[in-house]
Amino acid sequence: MKAARLLACVIVVAVCALSLGARWLAPAGYAHQFREAADAPPSHQHLLGTDEVGRDRFARVLYGTRISLLLAPAAALVSTALAALVGGLAGYLGGIWLKLARAFTDLFLSLPWLFLLITVRALLPLNVSPLTSVLITFLILGLLGWAQSARVLSTSADALRNSDFVLQARASGLHGPRLFLIHVLPNLKPVLYAQFWISIPVFILSEANLGVLGLGVAEPLPSWGSLLRELEGLISFREEPWRLVPLLLLIVVMTSFQILLSNEEVTA
Amino acid sequence: MIGRHTGLSRSNLSFRAPLGLSFRARRGISCTVALAFVLTLSAFAQTGGELHFCLRSEPKTFDPLLVDDDSSLSIRYLTGGVLARVNRHTQELEPELAESWKVSKDGKQITFKLRHGVHFSDGTPFAADDVAFTINRLMDPSVHSPVGDAFRTGAGTVAVKVLATDQVSITFPAAVVGLERQFDEVAIMSAHSPKKEAAVLGPFMVAEYKAGSSIRLEHNPYYWKKDSQGRRLPYLDAILIDIQPNRDVEMLRFKRGELDLINVLDTDYFDRLGSTSPQLVHDAGPSLDSDFMWFNQVATAPIPEYKRAWFRSANFRRAVSEAINRDDLARIVYNGHAQPAVGPVSPANRFWFNSKLKPEAHSPQAALERLKADGFHLQNGILLDKNGNPVEFSIVTNAGSKPRERMSVLIQEDLGKIGIKVNLVPLDFPSLMERILQKFNYEAAMLGFRNVDLDPNGQMNIWLSSAENHGWNPQQKAPATAWEAEIDKLMQAQASTSDLKKRKEAFDRVQEIVYEQAPFIYLINQNALSAVSSSVAGANPGILYPQTFWNAERLTLTGTATAKR
Repeated sequence: MKAARLLACVIVVAVCALSLGARWLAPAGYAHQFREAADAPPSHQHLLGTDEVGRDRFARVLYGTRISLLLAPAAALVSTALAALVGGLAGYLGGIWLKLARAFTDLFLSLPWLFLLITVRALLPLNVSPLTSVLITFLILGLLGWAQSARVLSTSADALRNSDFVLQARASGLHGPRLFLIHVLPNLKPVLYAQFWISIPVFILSEANLGVLGLGVAEPLPSWGSLLRELEGLISFREEPWRLVPLLLLIVVMTSFQILLSNEEVTA
Repeated sequence: MIGRHTGLSRSNLSFRAPLGLSFRARRGISCTVALAFVLTLSAFAQTGGELHFCLRSEPKTFDPLLVDDDSSLSIRYLTGGVLARVNRHTQELEPELAESWKVSKDGKQITFKLRHGVHFSDGTPFAADDVAFTINRLMDPSVHSPVGDAFRTGAGTVAVKVLATDQVSITFPAAVVGLERQFDEVAIMSAHSPKKEAAVLGPFMVAEYKAGSSIRLEHNPYYWKKDSQGRRLPYLDAILIDIQPNRDVEMLRFKRGELDLINVLDTDYFDRLGSTSPQLVHDAGPSLDSDFMWFNQVATAPIPEYKRAWFRSANFRRAVSEAINRDDLARIVYNGHAQPAVGPVSPANRFWFNSKLKPEAHSPQAALERLKADGFHLQNGILLDKNGNPVEFSIVTNAGSKPRERMSVLIQEDLGKIGIKVNLVPLDFPSLMERILQKFNYEAAMLGFRNVDLDPNGQMNIWLSSAENHGWNPQQKAPATAWEAEIDKLMQAQASTSDLKKRKEAFDRVQEIVYEQAPFIYLINQNALSAVSSSVAGANPGILYPQTFWNAERLTLTGTATAKR
């Protein structure tokens, strides 16, 4: 387990370092089009080949990693914080608050998000820079992705509320926010961590799906989501295995995070 | 799937060398018999079997007069009998149920002489009153037939007169341009059959329909057409059509030999399949379809006034057109299976294309020169207008269309080279249409034009300044510019005469104006790509819909393909 943790740590650090060093490792940049070498296989000049319009895939993977690794966790943080606020607090308060929160969560989960997202996109201005578009995309994901986690957290908080140590704390005169912050919230940490890490790949994939609605990261900026869209219509992986690199990277990084997380949970 | 009969088993038993003859004579006879055997085999191998392919969506209707979608169009094409048919290969109009026809000089009346001895699929005889019934139903306002819209050129009623059992005359209140060609779309229905639209005159009839799953067509036993050897068409026993929206699945099934053809193939699939089985893919050359972009010139559009001024400048539009590298669009996005577009008519439309026009040459330098004439200038690599506003606009296009998304990325880079910043906004189709047609809330848009009509009259709804689909500035009360007024005049002139030469001259001029003014910036004409299995004989994929099965009645399956199923 220790070796696995070490390996996971090395992977995460290496991926972060590589993405931060994108400017030096891939000087051509993510947007430059090598039109004479469009859809080219890997070569010395293009380590992972080029995409359909001749952009260096290696550069796009590095820059895309930077964006996704920064913004997907940020969105996950927003959604987990909202989930903790709604679910955790409702679970802790119990009674009518818990019922109300669960009803609200159920209502939120039953909304037709597809249409809502289309409406949101229709309300946005057309002339936004790619960077703004990526911030908007992940912010929307963060604001809309809390309900599932809130449901889990409310159940956990509800169980904690009736636990012996909370009863003892109450009997000792501890009440209100102080009780919540000192005894309930720290015990919700493993669940919060789990929900946080689970949300990251979900948001990365959601961003890829949103691209179909025009809500994804705007061209020419890359993200893991937009890179994964390249796999659409790929019939045989054997023909162009290098196109799987973004997917493999996503799996490896997420697995590494999970291994590190399990350690965090143990110590928590 | 098992074909009803292949003919192989029957012919195997038919020949035996006669006894008591010399060796030479016997050898000669053997050779003759062998030749006859092979010929017979091949002849019988051409009949029977079930063709199998997919439609991308479910047909919305089986009523031939209500057809308004591609899938219903395919079913109508395979089952419906028409008076005259545009040959998808030669683009010429050929007689079908009508032996001949005559159009009056004023273009208002057409008289058909009908074929004798024709029956509907249920055995009901075909006669002039069936044509009258069909036309009356077609023009009935309560039916709301989209097919009938092409005939509604003026106020008043359509008079159908049965002159004899084999002769019918139709008079329209106003001239219908290209009248006889419009009947390619009108499948004749029976006036008397209790089966109503299920009684058909085409080579196939609907035998089974499983909603959301498949449609099985069987050969029409009463189909009138015969081949040159006197054999009744169609050769096939049946066609099984699966409803399959997923192109990946369609491709996989084709590769596994479960499907016999793919009518429209994406470039990526075409190349992938072509690399392993080049004999299966067909590139019929430029199709009638085009991709284009345009700028919003609507006076009430919610865009800044200085941007509207750019978009209304022909110099600006031509400069953008010149800055776009169409060769790269065709080469990179379509892997060479597209041609740089010239204008509203594809070179595939042999008669109506204005061959004097050539695609706009890619020249960023010429584009900058043209922009200078309007006061634009470069500053630190950014193009500024005469008032110092940086030139930046967004292009909306439909999300999910990979070719268009790729084209827009290339255009973004091309325009960046002359200092123009382009923001790309892929939108879902309904939102896109709402912005373009109702709210006019966009700056530039990129879409495709799917042309099914060779005649320019079908483009009236685009070029008239009062038309709803006059993309850049629709529904004008009076033409906003002199050149739009000229286009209006020319389009009306070509629509009001049946003199082909005059019509061609008028539409040639329209194409020239469109080229000079660039209200639509035409980008590419995509090639017609399709795939046909080696088990299908007689296929001759073309550019007109339906590309691969336009001659379905003459398609055959090889014995092995039939036996396999």
